[in-house]
Amino acid sequence: MREKSFFGRIDWFTILLWFALCLIGWFNIYAAVYDPEQPSIFSMATNYGKQSIYIFTALIIGFSILIIDAKFFISTSPLIYIVVILLLILVLIIGRNVGGNQAWIPLGSFRLQPSEFGKLATCLLLASYLSSQTNKNPNIKTLLIGALIVLLPVALVMLQPDTGSALAFFALIFVFYREGYVGNTLLLLGGLAILLFISALLVNQWVIIGILALIAGLLIYSLRKKRKYIINVGILFLACSVYVLCVDYAYEHVLQSHQRNRIDVILGKMHDPRGEGYNLNQSKIAIGSGQLLGKGFLQGTQTKYKFVPEQSTDFIFCTIGEEWGFVGSTVLIAIYLTLLLRLVNIAERQRTAFARIYAYGVASILFFHFFINIGMTIGIVPVIGIPLPFISYGGSSLWSFTILLFILLRFDSSRKGLNG
Amino acid sequence: MNSFFARKFVIQGIFITIAIVIVARLFYIQVIDKTYLLSANNNVLRKVVVYPARGVVYDRNGKVLVQNEPVYDLLVTPIEAKEIDTALLCQLIDIDREGFQTRMDKARTHSPYRPSIFEKQLSAATYAQLQEHLYKFRGFYVQNRTVRSYPDSIAPQLLGYIQEVNDKDIERSEGFYRPGDYIGATGIERSYEELLRGQRGVKNQMVDALNRPKGSFMEGKYDTLAVAGDGLVSTIDHDLQILAEKLMKNKMGSVVAIEPATGEILTFVSAPSYDPNMMVGRQRGNNYMKLLRDETRPMFIRPIQASYPPGSVFKVVAALTAQQAGVIDEKTVFYCPGGYRYGGGRAIMRCTHVDGATSLVKSIQTSCNTYYGYTYARMIDSRGMSGPKAYDLWREALGKFGLGHTLGIDLPGEKPGLIPTSDFYTKRYGNDKWRSSFNISLSIGQGEMGITPLQMANIMAIVANRGFYYRPHLVKAIGEKGIVKDEFKEKISAGVEAKYYEPVIEGMRRAVNVPGGTGYRVRVPGVEMCGKTGTVQNPHGENHAVFFAFAPRENPKIAIAVFVENAGYGGVWAGPIANMLVEKYLKDTISLPKYEQDRIFNANFLPKPKTKKEEELNKSTSNSKKQTRQPGTSGTQATEPRRELFVHHSQIRKGHQ
Repeated sequence: MREKSFFGRIDWFTILLWFALCLIGWFNIYAAVYDPEQPSIFSMATNYGKQSIYIFTALIIGFSILIIDAKFFISTSPLIYIVVILLLILVLIIGRNVGGNQAWIPLGSFRLQPSEFGKLATCLLLASYLSSQTNKNPNIKTLLIGALIVLLPVALVMLQPDTGSALAFFALIFVFYREGYVGNTLLLLGGLAILLFISALLVNQWVIIGILALIAGLLIYSLRKKRKYIINVGILFLACSVYVLCVDYAYEHVLQSHQRNRIDVILGKMHDPRGEGYNLNQSKIAIGSGQLLGKGFLQGTQTKYKFVPEQSTDFIFCTIGEEWGFVGSTVLIAIYLTLLLRLVNIAERQRTAFARIYAYGVASILFFHFFINIGMTIGIVPVIGIPLPFISYGGSSLWSFTILLFILLRFDSSRKGLNG
Repeated sequence: MNSFFARKFVIQGIFITIAIVIVARLFYIQVIDKTYLLSANNNVLRKVVVYPARGVVYDRNGKVLVQNEPVYDLLVTPIEAKEIDTALLCQLIDIDREGFQTRMDKARTHSPYRPSIFEKQLSAATYAQLQEHLYKFRGFYVQNRTVRSYPDSIAPQLLGYIQEVNDKDIERSEGFYRPGDYIGATGIERSYEELLRGQRGVKNQMVDALNRPKGSFMEGKYDTLAVAGDGLVSTIDHDLQILAEKLMKNKMGSVVAIEPATGEILTFVSAPSYDPNMMVGRQRGNNYMKLLRDETRPMFIRPIQASYPPGSVFKVVAALTAQQAGVIDEKTVFYCPGGYRYGGGRAIMRCTHVDGATSLVKSIQTSCNTYYGYTYARMIDSRGMSGPKAYDLWREALGKFGLGHTLGIDLPGEKPGLIPTSDFYTKRYGNDKWRSSFNISLSIGQGEMGITPLQMANIMAIVANRGFYYRPHLVKAIGEKGIVKDEFKEKISAGVEAKYYEPVIEGMRRAVNVPGGTGYRVRVPGVEMCGKTGTVQNPHGENHAVFFAFAPRENPKIAIAVFVENAGYGGVWAGPIANMLVEKYLKDTISLPKYEQDRIFNANFLPKPKTKKEEELNKSTSNSKKQTRQPGTSGTQATEPRRELFVHHSQIRKGHQ
């Protein structure tokens, strides 16, 4: 390999993707909150003006990170984690309550959202801890400690309560999977659990148990020669049946009614275009009405006339879908997918376990946000209020994702110097 | 690198799968499913109905009878109307807090998300005040419409009024009308509804999520313009109508004047009348109830709905039909001893005086009952057929004069009047052996006979035309092209040859123009008016005064019937009214002495208000009621049974016997 200069070793392609996403976000925020009296995209009275500042600062933060020694992040990862945990406790005490969530610490005109930085800190500490255990075979003790590192901030975020942000931490399951702490079976079982969960809500539980019994019966018949499998199938069947029954119970008694309603709307069990379903319905209308080529910049009626709430933040994809159509949406998804795949490739080319684990953490969290955020706007996942990274309006979110990404790029740029 | 490197592909596979799922889903909702585009358009599009101006109604000389005046409906979208200054709004549109709440509840029941009418028909003045503050009332906005306005407050019964459509109207129209639309309910408004209403337009307006207007959709490409309703030119003579209404003030009855050569109705008065503007605006409901409760029944369209025995004026028809039937002729003379004896001399139908030997001309001039007793006897008894058969022939002849059936005026609610069939009498007398003496009172227009004032005026038009008429009508031209309905151009024969009219007309001329005639006091100087007085006996009170006439004798311009209930002699009360109207119409002056005019203008034949005693009695029994009662309606709430105001012909039957 040819020796490159410092800037030559930086993965410029990823930075390009990052910058593209930021610009797409900025223009679409402009369209989403466009105010004819403030036509300048730099007008500071508006969200799009502010976003330009956030992008500029993110750029500075990003390149500052690239200058900092990569070892700094490895060595301070426990400290960063502790500071963020303290902030997460602090926000519960002195935080400002916005929209029912005690998630913000006011800092002058700026509001800090510690949960955004929680993901960064968790990724760093998790990478630090798991990488220290790579010389051993994956064992349950390491898994439990790793899980604890993840679950502590989750618990604190849940207390705000901000379910959406808390859920994002669970994306780190990919990290455990990649490192071998979670097996294929578990991943499959996870998939099965999700499938059964949705079925249980849609179809009568006894019907599902009946179908499961039928499948189990067929399996047992075809496997009748192998006693060991018969027992496994039997156990699996029983476990599934109990799970289905539990889901129904949990759904009725554990979930809060607004969460239940959101799930009901997604599953089509409840038609309520003016109530819980309003956001989703208007969001789908916005995206669906974009058609193949979209209505054009600043031409989206759904966007312009404020039919979709939270349009510059959680529902920013509506603007893209409406004004740029299927073609524009697909381009955005392609950029995202390229970024995600690139991150996995970057992860795998790292020489240190730390950097690899961290990289998977970044990819997982970005993937989760991408999937849940866009998925909710088009009605394939329940409405969960989380931002679309680099695109949604907001300083905390943009900065935290930028820091998350640029720390990875910093590791990547110095991967040859970090043998470990 | 470690042993789980391959899992990289699983993870990347999941990323790709999810991206494909999202793209597939996007493809479905953006490219395949078109309903979202429709929904998006429905979201922002408000089809705002543009109400067309209703057609204006003019009089025959181009003066406006009905026009449109802008009013403003206040609409509210309940979900948006939050945190508003209720007190200020109430004050501005003059309602109380309770009223505010009921209106709001009603709107919310209709739909919390769609605008519904909060308060109807604010005047321009109220709107001007409200508009300044409207920005403070989120969720409220104003839509302008027009209402009818009547500059001279005349002719309510013939012009009619419009009202909001009810469910039945909507159903019948097969979707043309929508809730909140207006439809002609009575009068010309109703009979010409389809022409007057015009064509609604639609404006495609864009609104935002809060339902605030944001300009027009596609620069109005899909908008349709409202087409104003057709204007109507009425046959009414505005000035003559005003005079007639003034003359009929404080009286009950009718005035109908027809232009004989065309059948155009020049004047159409139903008294007592009311101000048609009462049926417009926010007080409409109260006013409507007030009119409905008024025991003089101002909303009753007397010229076409009230039927009275015509009295002596019927002798004109009797004389004409008898001549045509050949039972009398110009030279027929009967001797009048002061009454007509019939039924073997046991009964008598009295004359007002002893006329002696009476010719046809004289019989009309002096209104001789005896003469028509004989005529009727010949008509029924001496035609070589049974009584009922002869009667039927006679009845048929009367039908040709427009009696006993509707004339087909372009006004809803016309009543046919009544000429009983022979079966009626056969049934009443138990067999068909009855003769003229059984219903002799018909000969002089009394008894079981009901004729509407319109039919009376039409008889005069027939006589003026010497044998035919045009269907009386109120609209002479429709729209800009001035279309005339074909049915009004059709000449209808009355079945009596022209030559038979001359003696009758001569009799009518003498009645008015020769000293001693029943109508001599109401002759019009310089105009040869032919007329006939009548005094219809009324068992319930004062007789009804009738006068009908046409003028001038040659080439008549106006045929008129005046009917004043409970007034007394026709020559005294109805005659002067006809006199003034005819002179006004023909010469545009009134030469009747001032004191005589004032006598008519000031006469009051309305039922007397309750005496003080009754009033006090009322007060003590219904104190609570009294307080809520509006001023001016006192005495309308009858504690005694409502008096029948219109004398049914059968009730008069024995009046003259």
